[in-house]
Amino acid sequence: MEITLSVNGEERTSEVEPRRLLVHHLRDDLGLTGTNVGCDTTSCGACTVLLDGESVKSCTVLAVQADGHDVTTIEGLAATAAGDGDGDGSAGAPLHPMQQAFHAEHGLQCGFCTPGMVMAAVSLLDENPHPTEDEVRVGLEGNLCRCTGYHNIVRAVLAAAGEEVTA
Amino acid sequence: MSILGTRVVRVEDPRLLTVGGTYAADVDDPRLAGAIHATYVRSTVAHAEIGAVDLDEARAMPGVVDVVAGDEVDLPPIAGVTNEAMRRPYLARDRVRFVGEPVAVVLTERPEQGPDAAEAVVVDYAPLPAVVDPCDALADDTVLFPEVGTNLVGAFGTPPTADAGGPDASDVVVRQRIVNQRLAACPLEVRSSAATWDLGRLVLWCSTQNAHGLQHAVAAAYGLDRSEVLVVTPDVGGGFGAKIGGHPEDILLGWLSRRCGRPVRWVETRSENMVGMVHGRAQVHDVTIGGRPDGTIEAYHLSIVQDAGAYPNMAAFLPRLTRTMAAGTYAIPTVTSDARVAVTTTTPVASYRGAGRPEATAAIERAVDLFAAEVGLDPAEVRRRNLVPRFDEPHRTASGATYDCGDFPAALDRALAAAGYDELRAEQRRRRAQGDRLALGIGLSTYVEVTSGPRAGSEFAEVEVRDTAGGDGVEVVVATGSSPHGQGLETAFAMLVADEMGVPLDAVRVVHGDTDQVARGVGTFGSRSLQLGGSAVRGAAAEVVDRARRLAADLLEAAPDDVVLDTAAGRFHVAGTPAVGRTWADLVAAAAAGDAGDGAALRAEHDFSTTQPTYPFGAHVAVVEVDTESGDVRLVRHVACDDAGRVLNPLLAEGQRHGGIAQGAAQALYEQVAFDADGNPLTTNFADYAVVSAAELPSFELVDLQTPTWVNPLGAKGIGESGTIGSTPAVHNAVCDAVAHLGVRHIDMPTTPERVWRAIRAAE
Repeated sequence: MEITLSVNGEERTSEVEPRRLLVHHLRDDLGLTGTNVGCDTTSCGACTVLLDGESVKSCTVLAVQADGHDVTTIEGLAATAAGDGDGDGSAGAPLHPMQQAFHAEHGLQCGFCTPGMVMAAVSLLDENPHPTEDEVRVGLEGNLCRCTGYHNIVRAVLAAAGEEVTA
Repeated sequence: MSILGTRVVRVEDPRLLTVGGTYAADVDDPRLAGAIHATYVRSTVAHAEIGAVDLDEARAMPGVVDVVAGDEVDLPPIAGVTNEAMRRPYLARDRVRFVGEPVAVVLTERPEQGPDAAEAVVVDYAPLPAVVDPCDALADDTVLFPEVGTNLVGAFGTPPTADAGGPDASDVVVRQRIVNQRLAACPLEVRSSAATWDLGRLVLWCSTQNAHGLQHAVAAAYGLDRSEVLVVTPDVGGGFGAKIGGHPEDILLGWLSRRCGRPVRWVETRSENMVGMVHGRAQVHDVTIGGRPDGTIEAYHLSIVQDAGAYPNMAAFLPRLTRTMAAGTYAIPTVTSDARVAVTTTTPVASYRGAGRPEATAAIERAVDLFAAEVGLDPAEVRRRNLVPRFDEPHRTASGATYDCGDFPAALDRALAAAGYDELRAEQRRRRAQGDRLALGIGLSTYVEVTSGPRAGSEFAEVEVRDTAGGDGVEVVVATGSSPHGQGLETAFAMLVADEMGVPLDAVRVVHGDTDQVARGVGTFGSRSLQLGGSAVRGAAAEVVDRARRLAADLLEAAPDDVVLDTAAGRFHVAGTPAVGRTWADLVAAAAAGDAGDGAALRAEHDFSTTQPTYPFGAHVAVVEVDTESGDVRLVRHVACDDAGRVLNPLLAEGQRHGGIAQGAAQALYEQVAFDADGNPLTTNFADYAVVSAAELPSFELVDLQTPTWVNPLGAKGIGESGTIGSTPAVHNAVCDAVAHLGVRHIDMPTTPERVWRAIRAAE
């Protein structure tokens, strides 16, 4: 089937099998390997991307379901904040505030869960701009991290929300 | 002011945050053009003789290039650790010994064609009895290796006797069987690798914690010289010990590539990872602790049965670490231990964050709490009474370890003070008096562990100052034998170099995980990398500074001893006359022009080596709430005082502690790899295996304590595993403490709601 997605601001038309998952389409057909696959059961959230601005686990969306929609991956996130419009996250675009917060608060270690975690966190703040710590924890329940113990991820999200971070 | 000891944010982050890492599955290398994809066919039964393996149907499936069964692989089977005769073939031949063991492999043009073709491989299994429990395995009713004749991999030590001062001679004797359950490491990145032959060399990209160790293993497996094998470690999405070396699935790729004449890639699924990648822990303990009614502990014995899984891997070695650390933080006159290691028809067991030491701590910390309950004293008081006092000189323990330095009472006092221990106990009494449905549990642990290995070891570093192409500055390239995969060592090592050489942090580039670019190395595991790898980097940098000083002396027409490096300016000058000097760029240019006499570049290698391990220690306090009607447990606070010697970068050290605490708490509360009686795995994905999420954890309360070690120039001990080691027994003790007033004495881990509920009901 032929599908056209707006990926990080760029129209991408491809021929895909109906059973193709969005995550495989992004990684294998479009070469956007920032989005990772960590499980088989929609449990880990490593593949989280934004579909029309809302977080989805791209292992649980068929590529054809994204036909005609906007997809933002980690590669394009900084550009959405910088507003430079080309959507490729390049050309010295600054970090998105959430990326900056993860950096400042040491919210990542091995980096494998990070793209998905950052996208989930962006979506979380979009829905709830000033969450409590508990709301952040529950909001990120579907994104697993094995390195950080979540402590600094939670701090990063709170910091990105402009909350005072202690401890 | 020195950059050392400051909270420098990571140099690794910008790339990982903007385009993501390049993990093995992401590697885009011209040498892998036209690669085919390997999919392993895995045993669906735990124990069986293999009859006919029919590959014909699979060969006819779309996209299939080749299908290989075990009898075609001519690489010699992998010798078992401790017991060489228990050999593991790359693909099972004659017999399978665990569900998930590779039996055949299909090679397809596209990855998605693999699972369909693998389904079409027909294997004729003649089932044999499974043996899942390692204690049952020791009975040898069913033997995995008939040619060996027993499931016993090895036995160490002897049980104690009362006349030899064993715990049975004491007035108060407490015994308990404690299961330290099997865990899965669960790195977020599964196993993945790729192989090809390039100019006669085997090139292997692999998600591993130690490229050079894997290079040795691959060379040995293939009968090649080390120089004929190139191992490249891309970004690694977590290892936690389970990615030390390579698995058979990784190592076989080169053979498959040679057979097919094409590059081969392999990425497993999570379901494969949960049964195919090595598991951790899996020990059964029988503890006996003896002492006096006043709380003095006189003797302790730890008896260990280690489940090795189907093939003896690192598991055969883990009890050695457990036995070494059996005495923990205590001055117990008599400490003895014995261990037996058994194979079972389950996934092989190897290292997982802590590897043998968390088991030792879990056993003695639980034993001390049981002893405290028996004599009716507060667990903090019993600990205070028995802790080894502060020591600055090496302390030899009854279980044979030589601790470098420590202050265990200080760690306990700080953790208790930060937790508000007395207030917590008061709150617990209040709730108990009121019959509150939510019971409060307070759990302690004091721990000490061994890092860099039981006999320590070495690590390699090379530091070279280079001209920057086109720029007027210099670049310092650090090649390290350490193999970071999340620890932030690129930042840590850059800090060491910046401090030693007086160059900006961003002028330092750290190279690792490539056996061509790094001459030798050991890797990252056992919390060894800062103390050994960092010390090597510092040593190499110091030697480069020394070379530069001599060169600067030539240029300044001074004696080398009179030339100093102004690290704030990155400039050498004669002491007392700072106006005239030479920058690193000047010296690189001079060296390139041959002004250094022998033409030596500003480059040095350094191997840092020691036989003395370091022993980080600490104390944790966990606070849990247990719903006495449902058995549900919630960790509400976790206070951790972890002493890893001098801290280079608190941000990185704290990150290691956070992650360790989460994994350790998860062992106490949630995680367990389970099999049914027939050896069928019950936890084969993240829906069944309870990897802890943000929603189950509190933020952690960290307490600082730094007792620098004399073992290395950085004063640093390992920090990677401390959090895991300290937290598990604290949380476990907290859960048992919460329901102690209901008559519950012990609940095994994981303390799931069902187990807690059953324990409460049984005690009624």
